[in-house]
Amino acid sequence: MRKQKRILIYGYGNPGRQDDGLGIAFSEAIEKWADKNQIHHITCDSNYQLNIEDAELISNFDLVLFADASIEDIKEFTLTRVKCSTSKIEFSMHAVSPAFVLDLCNKIYKKSPETYLLHLKGYEWDFKEGLTPDAKHNLKEAVRRIKKVILQETGPNELAQASSVC
Amino acid sequence: MPKKITIEPVTRVEGHGKVTIHMDDSNQVVQSRLHIVEFRGFERFIQGRPYWEAPVLVQRLCGICPVSHHLAAAKAMDEIVGAGTGDGLTPTGEKMRRLMHYGQIFQSHALHFFHLASPDMLFGIEADPNIRNIIGVALEHQDLAVQGVMMRKFGQEVIQATAGKKIHGTGAIPGGMNKSLTPEERDSFLLGKDPLNVDKMIEWSLGALDFFKSYHSQNRELVDNFANFPSSHLSLVRKDGAMDLYHGVLRAVDAEGKKILHDVDYQKYYEYIGEEVRSWSYMKFPFLKEYGKEKGWYRVGPLARMNTADFIPTPLAQKEHEIFRAYTNGKPNGMSMHMHWARLIEILHSAEMMKELLYDPDITGDQLVTKGNKQYEGVGLIEAPRGTLFHHYRINEDDQIDMANLIVSTTNNNTPMNLAVESVAKDYMNGHAVISEGMMNAVEVAIRAYDPCLSCATHALGKMPLEIKILDKSGNILDKKRSS
Repeated sequence: MRKQKRILIYGYGNPGRQDDGLGIAFSEAIEKWADKNQIHHITCDSNYQLNIEDAELISNFDLVLFADASIEDIKEFTLTRVKCSTSKIEFSMHAVSPAFVLDLCNKIYKKSPETYLLHLKGYEWDFKEGLTPDAKHNLKEAVRRIKKVILQETGPNELAQASSVC
Repeated sequence: MPKKITIEPVTRVEGHGKVTIHMDDSNQVVQSRLHIVEFRGFERFIQGRPYWEAPVLVQRLCGICPVSHHLAAAKAMDEIVGAGTGDGLTPTGEKMRRLMHYGQIFQSHALHFFHLASPDMLFGIEADPNIRNIIGVALEHQDLAVQGVMMRKFGQEVIQATAGKKIHGTGAIPGGMNKSLTPEERDSFLLGKDPLNVDKMIEWSLGALDFFKSYHSQNRELVDNFANFPSSHLSLVRKDGAMDLYHGVLRAVDAEGKKILHDVDYQKYYEYIGEEVRSWSYMKFPFLKEYGKEKGWYRVGPLARMNTADFIPTPLAQKEHEIFRAYTNGKPNGMSMHMHWARLIEILHSAEMMKELLYDPDITGDQLVTKGNKQYEGVGLIEAPRGTLFHHYRINEDDQIDMANLIVSTTNNNTPMNLAVESVAKDYMNGHAVISEGMMNAVEVAIRAYDPCLSCATHALGKMPLEIKILDKSGNILDKKRSS
């Protein structure tokens, strides 16, 4: 029997800004499913933004999947492998990127968990709660596909390659 | 040829900011401006919503300081439910709010110092940006990087334990709180495994202060002269003149230390403070009405609070406050880089306050809410990490909010940030036709000293490039740089 990887699902964004809440909605959906199905090797977390203390958090896992809303020109979602950043100054003053968190984890804790970023396509960003119908569809599809990764039916790299052509 | 240099947007400043520097034919700076280019419209959005939703709704404003907005709105709603101002809450209600607030101040200031300020100090303003960041700190000063990470984590855990959850916390409600600490939660902060306990946080806060003082002693000319200009200062203080970041009366002092706003009740803040609109920025320019738009501007935040407070009511921070005040012979300190010093004293004060509150038996009490006669207007003020935050609401007969006015901390510092940019632009850019990395970062260091949060409610992937443009007076681009 394969050893189960310790998996962290980490959604971030602002659920008070419509589709900016996609990452957190994703984390909540996976958590609900995992609880219902007694899947114990995953941990779900969420926050408004990533920050430096998340370097310590991810050091405790083998596989990390960050989930965030995206305005990029993609279809439903894409999954990309996160590599350590080249340590450039981040644009944002108070938040950092997944690559930055991974790099900091590597520099401080000497750990490099296998890390991915799920880009969930969003459409509206106003001061409202709730996802748009199209965003809900993208969320549902992403949850369906990521469950297979968690159950180890699909490798994350395979999904990353497949989702890049969604 | 006269030219205009544009730095757009400003790196490591939350939201979208742009700096333009106008130069004459001999490349002398004639004017500089910090433009805020995002309009949020939040005050209109909240109209029509039930008043009791406000403490949760306002957290949509900002993913960086949601706790400050949460508490300022809750304080305003305390007025509306008739619980009174600040000291009208139950002891447990007030102390839980204070614990949440000091957790927020602690983690926010720790982030700013370790993540944003320390790289400039350790590597120098003109150092390669690939090194001048917390990754560089982690490589060369791992102990500092670890402290920054764990101090943030400790503060975030205090917030989660008091607000109920990390996102859209619900802890503060009109008239009080909806939870207190369990003994297990309290003990985890007091006796947590090293380093996550409050005594270690105090020890590290003192260490960070020593780090700054050592840097200061070796770089006195830079730290004292960089963006140094006189100003008035405004903040809440406790009725006896002590520093109080959660509640008090409004005090302002001028550049000589003379009181110009005399410990007034903030429920009538609009009688003392006006807001000016200027065509080139979405951010307003607040001023003390008595002194007018030109002379009535003021600074808020850690530096201002050091200058307005007579003393700090925790022993270790008070000792540092005395050293701080003695440095300028008791006069208000106008040195922008001393904002970092002030911020570190507040980190220490917050850690001491958290310890005091955690040992207070009221923190696990069960009397959480006070109510009284309903009012139709309420003002909530708090000293947020970046300075005084104003929330003002009126409601109608149907309990809906029909007026909201917010003056956020960064808005209060609008004029000072513009003056800081101008000061540094003249020092670093006079005689130069193009921007070097060091010049650009000098401007940013001046702004970052104020730790502005311009607008940070959305951050979706694919936004926020960094772009630098140099334009002549006709708007032609002479040079352009861009990074992600």
